[in-house]
Amino acid sequence: MATTTGVPSPPAAGPGEGGSLPRKRPLGAEMLFRGTTTAAGTMVLVIIVAIAVFLIWQAVPALTDNDANFLTEENWYANDNPPRFGIAATAFGTVLTAVIALLLAVPVALGIALCLSHYAPKRVATPLGFIIDLLAAVPSVVFGLWGRDYFFEPVQGLSRFLHENLGWLPIFGSEGPYGKSVLLGSIVLAIMILPIVTSLSREVFMQTPAQNEEAALALGATKWEMIRTAVLPFGRPGIIASVMLGLGRALGETIALALTLGGVYKVSFDLIGPGGTSIAANIATRFGEANEVGRSALIASGLVLFAITLVVNMIARAIVYRRREFVGGSA
Amino acid sequence: MTAQVDTERPVVIASGDQLKAKRLPTWAPVAVAAAAIVLAAGLVMGTGWGGPVLTGVVAAVLFIVGLGVAGGVVEGRRAGSNRVATTLIYSAFLLALAPLLSVAFVLVTKGFERLDGNFLGTSMKNISAFDANGGAYHAIIGTLEQAGIATLITVPLGIAGAIYIVEYGRGFLANAIRFFVDVMTGIPSIVAGLFILSFWVFVVTPIFNDGRPGYSGFAAALALSVLMLPTVVRSTEEMLRLVPGALREGAYALGIPKWKTIMKIVLPTAGPGIVTGCMLAVARAAGETAPVLLVAGGNPAINFSPFSDNQSSLSLYVFEQAGVASQYAPARAWAAALTLVVIVLTLTVLAKLLARRNKLAR
Amino acid sequence: MKLKRHGLLASVALCATLALAACGSDNEEPGGSGVDASKADCATGSLNARGSSAQKNAMDEWIKAYQQQCSGATINYQGDGSGAGITAFTGNTADFAGSDAALKDGDETTKATTRCGGNAPLHLPMVVGPIAMAYNLEGVKDLQLSPATIAKIFSGAVKTWDAPEIKADNPSATLPSTQILAIHRQDSSGTTENFTDYLGKTAPDVWTFGKGKDWKAPGGQAEQKSDGVAGAIKKSAGAIGYVELSFAQVNALSIAKVKNGAGEYTALTGEAAGKTISGAKVTGTGSDLKLTIDYTTKQAGAYPLILVTYEIVCSKGNPADKLPLIKSFLTFTASSAGQKQLEKLGYAPLPEETRAKVEAAAKTLA
Repeated sequence: MATTTGVPSPPAAGPGEGGSLPRKRPLGAEMLFRGTTTAAGTMVLVIIVAIAVFLIWQAVPALTDNDANFLTEENWYANDNPPRFGIAATAFGTVLTAVIALLLAVPVALGIALCLSHYAPKRVATPLGFIIDLLAAVPSVVFGLWGRDYFFEPVQGLSRFLHENLGWLPIFGSEGPYGKSVLLGSIVLAIMILPIVTSLSREVFMQTPAQNEEAALALGATKWEMIRTAVLPFGRPGIIASVMLGLGRALGETIALALTLGGVYKVSFDLIGPGGTSIAANIATRFGEANEVGRSALIASGLVLFAITLVVNMIARAIVYRRREFVGGSA
Repeated sequence: MTAQVDTERPVVIASGDQLKAKRLPTWAPVAVAAAAIVLAAGLVMGTGWGGPVLTGVVAAVLFIVGLGVAGGVVEGRRAGSNRVATTLIYSAFLLALAPLLSVAFVLVTKGFERLDGNFLGTSMKNISAFDANGGAYHAIIGTLEQAGIATLITVPLGIAGAIYIVEYGRGFLANAIRFFVDVMTGIPSIVAGLFILSFWVFVVTPIFNDGRPGYSGFAAALALSVLMLPTVVRSTEEMLRLVPGALREGAYALGIPKWKTIMKIVLPTAGPGIVTGCMLAVARAAGETAPVLLVAGGNPAINFSPFSDNQSSLSLYVFEQAGVASQYAPARAWAAALTLVVIVLTLTVLAKLLARRNKLAR
Repeated sequence: MKLKRHGLLASVALCATLALAACGSDNEEPGGSGVDASKADCATGSLNARGSSAQKNAMDEWIKAYQQQCSGATINYQGDGSGAGITAFTGNTADFAGSDAALKDGDETTKATTRCGGNAPLHLPMVVGPIAMAYNLEGVKDLQLSPATIAKIFSGAVKTWDAPEIKADNPSATLPSTQILAIHRQDSSGTTENFTDYLGKTAPDVWTFGKGKDWKAPGGQAEQKSDGVAGAIKKSAGAIGYVELSFAQVNALSIAKVKNGAGEYTALTGEAAGKTISGAKVTGTGSDLKLTIDYTTKQAGAYPLILVTYEIVCSKGNPADKLPLIKSFLTFTASSAGQKQLEKLGYAPLPEETRAKVEAAAKTLA
């Protein structure tokens, strides 16, 4: 694995080499150390490429056997002979739950972040920020279990209410029964990504230069106007980045969704009826039963998930990097 | 922006008593709240529309609107919207607190039902759906071993990678590595699991294993390493950048070679911060379920060897017990969840406390 | 220096945790569930078996009983599904497989034969699991269902509990207007295959989705494994699902009476299920005991919806180090004492005639 030969020939004297003197260098040790660290750094690239290569390699057998169109088929009968499966429903479900979770979580998360950075007194805000960071570390299986066994009931009530009052909207059109649904999965997901988005955007908000804030206040702005004109524009790239990271996390979430989605393979915007599935949850629930082709098919869907999250994260990072150029902060 | 502010407040230049802007009295929010609750109760209960939950929601909406209008009338439009924004921001906080408190409450009350010596000291071997006992000892062993091995793999690799980025890396390769470290942070855990499955379990282990795929705790540790590596690199990198350049230059001036400077001066200085980053990474990895499910497979019995046969882990145990149709399973699931959360949060809290004592970070 | 100190701290903490943790153990002592010490001809070693989740409760109980009598034996049964079991068996990672359906002619059988070194794989019917129509409907105790109604419920044609079809089956019951939540298996499973096969044979006009391990009808809610289905029925008012009896019993779910070919609504009892089994035909040859069940049985008092799960094992060519244990364990499970243990778990014991054949077949393994 570690036989990476992509080590660039060391430049004569990089700017970082400071005052090290060229004479009588213990060449061996220095070269060895440098080579080791370079190899370690390159491992990251190797792993990313290896993920793609191995997933493609293991996915090909199922994709060639597949009797249906992988991109448009909704159902997942990968263990049949001939296998028929596609990612239409699972990929759609992945994106749908993630987007709804974001829509629910982001406004609340930004509110909490502002509350912690600009509203709450410091003595309260610091421990609360600490707790939010802790919540980001709670394993997803805990949220999943809670969502399935306890949160399920209030969401049932909410579904009933939404249907009775907003039933003319197709997304709330299902007449029930209300069990595991896209709504339940999305809300649980929203609760899970809330701490992540909060703690990232809080950090960004706290970095707002004091001059900008004070200037706004000195011009007679109310606190909210100060936040609107100084804090939010300054933090916008950071907010976008934290939202994208939250999206990345939501897209890849497995266990909580495996426990809270209804597992119905259909492209449908119905949020409250039994339904919903996602690529990751589909892999987790079907893996044990899968035969050889079935496994390979699941790996193929994992490849799609990898591609989606890779794109989302690359966009997020590109935004953060552009910002770093003129602010020099860390994100 | 300033021009707009000016046109909106033409009165400011007026006489002395007008310099003091009119404010709502301090009791006003309380009064608005009371009015909102009464109105909401009348509206919701009176029409038989819904229950107390809906009343609360309607009351909250009425409160926000009412306060905004009252503030707007008395204090001016801008002050009114300021009040609305403030209320919204605080209510976002309360809104988020409710489910999180519920999770914590359920976790603690349900978790303590079965969390005893028997639970921590026995496995699920020979436990059928009709047995009340059974424990998570095998799962705790699995979690500790998998997270431990993942740490042993990742920490040296991650620190070395960060050293390359900060101290040696120049040009395209270093930039690419930095970029992809960040991108790698977002790789879903299930993809990491599938990667180790298709690389280690299906391709590498059959070579040593008479052609049979070898599910093992070690494979799970590898998958966790993939997840931990970017976090470790990233946090180490940030800590290394905080080490003052003067320290390095001082060492170079004494003729100490670069590698020795890094090992003896830069790393120890950044030490506590690096440890913090590593602990946070371990904490996150220890809670992952999906990779363990895919490549370690789970095992009801105690298996101390991470290299042969299936292993379980706490998170996988929770997931498994969540699906078992035994009346005793939920208590076991919650007790294991509590154990897991205690382990993960202990690591996190220690890491954060360590970070606070760290003089390098602000 | 500092780094070293933290490393030291960490390793001290690690050692302490490990030392603390080292006092755990597997549950080797006889459990409190009162297993009779039925005589088993003990062998030693370890077995890995994998397969059907429908027979998992039975296997767990047998393994517990066997291991407690025979201290040198370790048997693992991973109940993660027939498909996984067959894959593991043909891939030589399981010593025998539990399956809800016989190996399919062609690829599956060929692979299994290759795995057995050219010897035929045997199907030993070991566990009879009646499939219960479990439901959760407050106030309705003795629900009766005909195959056509079941098919309509699971295909989404009947949506509420007070639908005329259900009323026709239950003339005397007062049915609420609650909506029906039909729960099916998300993973591929032999239970689904048997259930859909049953519907296809008994209500061919209504059930047009064929038979298969994967659920193909639209709508409803999917749950993972028998455990998940039973758990979800328990939690959701208005739910109905097909789950193998022992899972319904563990969760204390209400079970519907099902109409058989003779026109009677039969309650699910071991005896009623046994009547259907005794009418089953053996289609295998020699020691191979593949069964075909007649779902439309006209025998009075028979509960028609049953599932036979097999152990699939090599007739010959088992590894020498595993053979004594495979033989001993399967002989034990097929013995009358072994079968008797299943009754309290909600499985139907094999009818004596079939059981004797299975026991004899298990003894011929080589």
